[in-house]
Amino acid sequence: MQQANPIMLSFILRRVLYTVPIMLGVSLVCFALVHISPGDPLVSILPPDASVELQEQMMAIYGFDKSYPEQFLRWLGLALQGDLGNSIASGRPVASEVLNAVGNTLVLAVTATIIGFTLGGLFGFVAGYFRDSWIDKLATAISVVGVSVPHYWLGMVMVIIFSVELRWLPATGAGPGGSSQWVWDWEHMQYLILPAVTMSVIPMGIVARTVRALVADILQQEFVSGLRAKGLLDRGVLAHVIKNAAPTALAVMGLQLGYLLGGSILIETVFSWPGTGFLLGQAIFQRDLPLLQGTILVLAMFFVILNLLVDVAQTSLDPRLQRG
Amino acid sequence: MTQETVHAVTPLVRVQDLSVRFAGTPPVHAVNNVSFDLAPGEVLGILGESGSGKSVTLKTLLRLLPERKTKITGRVEVDGNDVLSLQGRALADHRGGVASMIFQDPALALDPVYTVGQQIAETVMRHEAISKSDAMTRALEMLELVRIPSAKRRLENYPHEMSGGMRQRAMIALALACRPKLLLADEPTTALDATVQIQILLLLRELQQEMGMGVIFVTHDIGVAVEVSDRLAVMYAGSFVETGSVRDVIRDARHPYSKGLLAANLVGAVPGTRLDAVPGAPPPLNALPEGCSFAPRCAHAEAACHASPLPVWTGADGRWARCVQASRTETLAKAEGQR
Repeated sequence: MQQANPIMLSFILRRVLYTVPIMLGVSLVCFALVHISPGDPLVSILPPDASVELQEQMMAIYGFDKSYPEQFLRWLGLALQGDLGNSIASGRPVASEVLNAVGNTLVLAVTATIIGFTLGGLFGFVAGYFRDSWIDKLATAISVVGVSVPHYWLGMVMVIIFSVELRWLPATGAGPGGSSQWVWDWEHMQYLILPAVTMSVIPMGIVARTVRALVADILQQEFVSGLRAKGLLDRGVLAHVIKNAAPTALAVMGLQLGYLLGGSILIETVFSWPGTGFLLGQAIFQRDLPLLQGTILVLAMFFVILNLLVDVAQTSLDPRLQRG
Repeated sequence: MTQETVHAVTPLVRVQDLSVRFAGTPPVHAVNNVSFDLAPGEVLGILGESGSGKSVTLKTLLRLLPERKTKITGRVEVDGNDVLSLQGRALADHRGGVASMIFQDPALALDPVYTVGQQIAETVMRHEAISKSDAMTRALEMLELVRIPSAKRRLENYPHEMSGGMRQRAMIALALACRPKLLLADEPTTALDATVQIQILLLLRELQQEMGMGVIFVTHDIGVAVEVSDRLAVMYAGSFVETGSVRDVIRDARHPYSKGLLAANLVGAVPGTRLDAVPGAPPPLNALPEGCSFAPRCAHAEAACHASPLPVWTGADGRWARCVQASRTETLAKAEGQR
């Protein structure tokens, strides 16, 4: 890793500043999407035969009677102070609901990414290193299956095998007694294994394919001949290949983590994991606008920040990116 | 180089009957029955056009060709080691320690994500029991040796932060870091500007004389070959067609292909006149003709050229040429001399 040099610092500063307009744009899109979609936001709390006055009163309380720009600015202003409003369905503050769910999703997504990246990186590396051998074919087959298999189906199969038949692991939830507060102990970790393994299959396949292509490409490059020509042993050459492949592999891993953070609705629903995907599903079905908006916003912000981190990490690993 | 020294000194490199085939249907005959010796401290220039097998010959000396797809026969001895039977650590010790290589394009041959200093130090640490800081000191000395300005700062540079000429100097520094007995140079100036080319050639020649290593220098440029070599070997379609001292080959080339190469040279050409280019193209290496590979392009080809084995004409100082007419031109010359 490079010393923190002035070029690197100015790059980080510029990159952080770039995120401000991106975040503003994201929040606007997220607000607009939720409001453009059809459905009455108050349908879940108002009785079907509610009077017009009552409806208008409720609209006023939640601010739905104002114009869209006004609503947006008010929402944005409060969001900047950490107030995402209250959930219409539960009445609890959206911020704390989302934060708790984000914590649970982070636990799941990070675990899945670590498993997926480790296995995928390993498979991909071996496949690329021994290209066209039977090891390559096996690793490629595994990764293709990993990418293609519907993961909610895989989740159900896992539940049938390991929970129903073998009774080794709990099937659903994130802790004993339906608790949604995550703790790092064996009691809770039992609940993590099945969803995390199921989820890890997606990044594993993608990372394996990326790393295989990367390694195969690097080994084709002339500098590898150069390394052999100066007498490096296989493990010496290996270190060079890894350092050359790392920036791109890391970027792919970062993006995968981003997808898993937001895109795990199916798996979280199958395993009743109280994360953002589960919350998002609930918010959509109950037309809980503040909750939906808040969850999407937080997820989008995660994605933006993650991209920022990946860019910075990639740049510090690859000296060629530090110019310009 | 006189004939006595050729026989008195055990050669640094002895290549006998080397053939290299690449897998394929039909297989590619990249190198065919090549034999040559190189004395310690001698510079051999291998001259030939692209695809003539000169780089493949060079890579065989370091065993850099992909093992699975390559079939090598014959014998290659460097500094007393049977290179073709070296395995594992012994092979790695040979590479970079006994013999090292300068590549055509240093922009591709250096690792882009390691600094130049790291890459040189790594080589030194691989071949000598030496600490990391001592290895870095050696790297600095090497950069100074190849006359890279502000060498200390350049140690920290990545290859892409250097100019083409500077990178090739760094490549040379890397290749010479462990004081190899044999330096293999694979068209080291082809990717450079003409002015930089001369500087690198002069540097190489100077370092060769200073360190006394044997050099095999592969090029397609006659001017370059003449500039650096003691002896020349002309290669065509995977075979050596003519060998001799630079002086002899330039003055009295015996093989029509060597003559063609010399005639196609721009130096000394009269402006406004056509250059004598060799007509046609080399034969595909997976379908070499019987007899002389050059016969289809040769203006003097006759029936005897299409039969193998071809007669080899030998002259003084280890000179030889594989051509039906080579000896005849000699008898002609002799006859003319006697008259």
